[in-house]
Amino acid sequence: MTTAETGAKTTVTLTINGQTHTQSIEPRTLLAYAIRDTGLKGTHVGCDSSSCGCCVVLLDGDTPVKSCTMFAVQAEGRAITTVEGLGAPGNLHPLQQAFWDQHGLQCGYCTPGMLMTAKAMLEHNPDPTDQEVREFLGGNLCRCTGYNNIVKAVQQAARVMREDQGSPLDALTAAATGQDTATGGAQ
Amino acid sequence: MSTDTNSSGNGSGEKQCYSVGRSMKRKEDPRFLTGNGNYVDDIRLPGMLSMVIVHSPYPHARIRSIDKTAALAVPGVKAVITGEDLVAANLGWLPTFHGFDKQMVLAVGKVLFQHQEVAAVFADTREAALDAAELVEVDYDPLDPVTTPFDAMKDEVILRDDRDHKTNHIYHWESGDRSGTDAALDGAEITVNERVYAPRCHPAPLEPCGCVAQFDAMGRLHFHVTSQAPHVYRTAISLVTGIPEDKIRVIAPDIGGGFGNKVPVYPGYVCAIVGALILKTPVKWIETRTENLTTTGFARDYHMDVTIGANKDGTVTALKVRTVADHGAFDAAADPTQYPAGMFGIVTGSYDFPVAFTELDAYFTNKAPGGVAYRCSFRVTEASYAIERGMDILARKLDMDPADLRRKNFVHKDAFPYQSALGFTYDSGDYAGTLDKALTQIGYAELRKEQAEKRARGEYMGIGISTFTEVVGAGPSKHFDILGIKMFDSAEIRIHPTGTGIVRAGTKSQGQGHETTWAQIVSEELGLDAENILVEEGDTDTAPYGLGTYASRSTPVAGAAIALAARRVREKAKKVAAHLLEASPDDIEWTDHTFQVMGAPDRSVTMKDVAFAAYTNPGDGNEPGLEASLYYDPPNMTFPHGAYIAVVDVDADTGEVKVRRFLAVDDCGTVINPMIVEGQVHGGLTEGFAIAFMQEIPYDEQGNNLAPNFMEYLIPTAVESPVWETGSTVTPSPHHPIGAKGVGESPNVGSPAAFVNAVMDALAPLGVTHIDMPLTREKVWRAVRDARGAAASD
Repeated sequence: MTTAETGAKTTVTLTINGQTHTQSIEPRTLLAYAIRDTGLKGTHVGCDSSSCGCCVVLLDGDTPVKSCTMFAVQAEGRAITTVEGLGAPGNLHPLQQAFWDQHGLQCGYCTPGMLMTAKAMLEHNPDPTDQEVREFLGGNLCRCTGYNNIVKAVQQAARVMREDQGSPLDALTAAATGQDTATGGAQ
Repeated sequence: MSTDTNSSGNGSGEKQCYSVGRSMKRKEDPRFLTGNGNYVDDIRLPGMLSMVIVHSPYPHARIRSIDKTAALAVPGVKAVITGEDLVAANLGWLPTFHGFDKQMVLAVGKVLFQHQEVAAVFADTREAALDAAELVEVDYDPLDPVTTPFDAMKDEVILRDDRDHKTNHIYHWESGDRSGTDAALDGAEITVNERVYAPRCHPAPLEPCGCVAQFDAMGRLHFHVTSQAPHVYRTAISLVTGIPEDKIRVIAPDIGGGFGNKVPVYPGYVCAIVGALILKTPVKWIETRTENLTTTGFARDYHMDVTIGANKDGTVTALKVRTVADHGAFDAAADPTQYPAGMFGIVTGSYDFPVAFTELDAYFTNKAPGGVAYRCSFRVTEASYAIERGMDILARKLDMDPADLRRKNFVHKDAFPYQSALGFTYDSGDYAGTLDKALTQIGYAELRKEQAEKRARGEYMGIGISTFTEVVGAGPSKHFDILGIKMFDSAEIRIHPTGTGIVRAGTKSQGQGHETTWAQIVSEELGLDAENILVEEGDTDTAPYGLGTYASRSTPVAGAAIALAARRVREKAKKVAAHLLEASPDDIEWTDHTFQVMGAPDRSVTMKDVAFAAYTNPGDGNEPGLEASLYYDPPNMTFPHGAYIAVVDVDADTGEVKVRRFLAVDDCGTVINPMIVEGQVHGGLTEGFAIAFMQEIPYDEQGNNLAPNFMEYLIPTAVESPVWETGSTVTPSPHHPIGAKGVGESPNVGSPAAFVNAVMDALAPLGVTHIDMPLTREKVWRAVRDARGAAASD
């Protein structure tokens, strides 16, 4: 990048958790930073080398990506789901509830990325073995928990999600809004 | 008594909502689970600039000149500062917490390690700052680097020409009885000696370090920072910058892991404050992962010669440990002032050595500064590793079972308080009880039988034991200070009229769960619902002064302060209760979490009743309100201990080690929240596993840092991390108000030796006695190859 190019901007429209955000950004802006610049701060950045997975978000509901590895402009037209789209305090997604129940987090920095990767895995494999959970989460580092409780949490969530097809309130909300809240919106 | 809510408990709930000992789900979790955490990088202020640091590519070089012209021409760039600029403002150096040295903020005259901070760029956007940083032209004149302490001690190249003493030697430290130890070793029936290396590694919390500096319209500094010790930062910033301390507010918001990395004050923090001051607008600096691994506090880098003397029956008679320490370019180890080698004197471990001596010499090298207490209480990990390896090497020489050798030499449970040969007074312990529990729980006898069968088949299975003792909870003011500030901690509790409350402490959680455990302590002491006790830490405007969270000191020191502050609240409440019950305060007792009239249990009031009365009807002569604060100066350290057992299978042809089982039986005294304690153990074991097998910051002979990112500095993933088994025994600390000792670091302190002992045990038939960590496949494979080659040529 030469000096002359610095500051040249482009307009990008991102669809995050069902809402559109239009930003004027430099073309080199990474998706993680563009998401954070919308005020959604749950997507974290923990490394420079796509190693840690703190920044994982979902594209089109079931594809996990390290958002520090993707330019924001590449995500235009895709449905992006961040941890904020998964659930909210008082209305936790089964994965969030399970991480809470099983003490699957400590400092919380890796947690959003863990949740989003786990969400993607359960979309593809609703009944994983422990080893499958560990391998699917192999791109998400956690420095605090030692992973045992994360595996337990994902298994609890998988069980709940297999057994529970959503509460009546979820069904009502889905019918009223056209969004599937039980599995995290933005499908 | 209002005890109907148990909404967040996943424990049995027998003791309902107020209890120490309950696995209460963490109160802080919902915000972390939903993206509502508030980390430093989440702070955005109007007009905030981005700061990017320019780093040296050379480990040792003179700076001929720095040209800012091209950088300043980048659109959006507001300023570039260099070391010379800071020196002119008398801000060129910052004191290290250790107190023996100072550290360049930005390089002045020369650079002393690769990636050293050379200039700081301030710009409207991080992209502009990054571009401009590339255009800061620094003309270097490379010098020969010194990359090991063994080269440094030759003093052929003097690294620190800013110091009066023209030597690379920083200090000598010793403890114990030199002549007595030498005499005992000379007369010993058996001696063993081994040089073991605790490799340079890095805590690497997933959130890098960073800060946001802002001066408000009245000139007051608001400094948001990833700090494990915000009050110490406030004092240090005041001392360095001359800003009156009341004009500084340090705020440590949510911290994404610390592990000792976020104790020191780093050059980037000073630069951000300077930028905010001169540019009169907020400045944010968030380091990259590479900056984190290459410039901020590393840990360990101790070369330790361990010598143990013993009788033929295995009774140890003397211990001597000589250490050469590599401190890098500046002595930035964050140790208490009187303890340059931290708590290394715990090196006698769990064993009753009649005499011991340890000495250490520290040197400057052209490596990053640090020497932080990485998930350990100041060099305790190094010491535990040395003694636990040493005991295994002795067991092998004596052909004794390593469990038997340990049991034979344990400090007996009736010998506490125990005065160690190196000067610590151990508070309590039951080492044999903990080991026996571990041996039974893992099925030790069966494992040894299986091992014998496998050895007969030529398979390499190993069992490794570590029965460590820690020393944590710094510390008594007589001995412990940082920058002269005594290492007390503090608590302030306010109970609201409706029986809820807030507790503030001088500590700062980085994931340890203080918002839950501190509430549980208050709940236990006051009979109020932990769910409605808000815990607040990290804001120096509101929290009482404390020395922060590291060295497993939160529960031993601040936890004690909280319990005792709660008891002060209770004493005050007792007078109000007496008023409500129309009795004398002397006739009121606190039983079953209520105030009762002695001998008349039907006449009682709850703390909730009393809280309301304290604001509405306190009674004549009683002070209204219900709050207390307390500063706690611990009478002694606490001494958690544990018995860890690792079971490994080694593929001798590839060097691959598989950790088949790992059991940690910990004794951390009274347990406040078993779920959180187990979580701490899991996390610490995983970091110990990492140190044993993969984590290292090596430098090549040219002084290049070979692990500057997570592609090279390997953090365990879920794939290779073992499944952890845990257990516990409880030996309360006699001097702690609730008997707690602290646990966060035990698993990281105790486990590396267990892993290495297991691998050495597996390779014992080949005659391999020691391999330095990390036990990578290559190193194990080479050791096996060398051993087989030696055997073949014999």
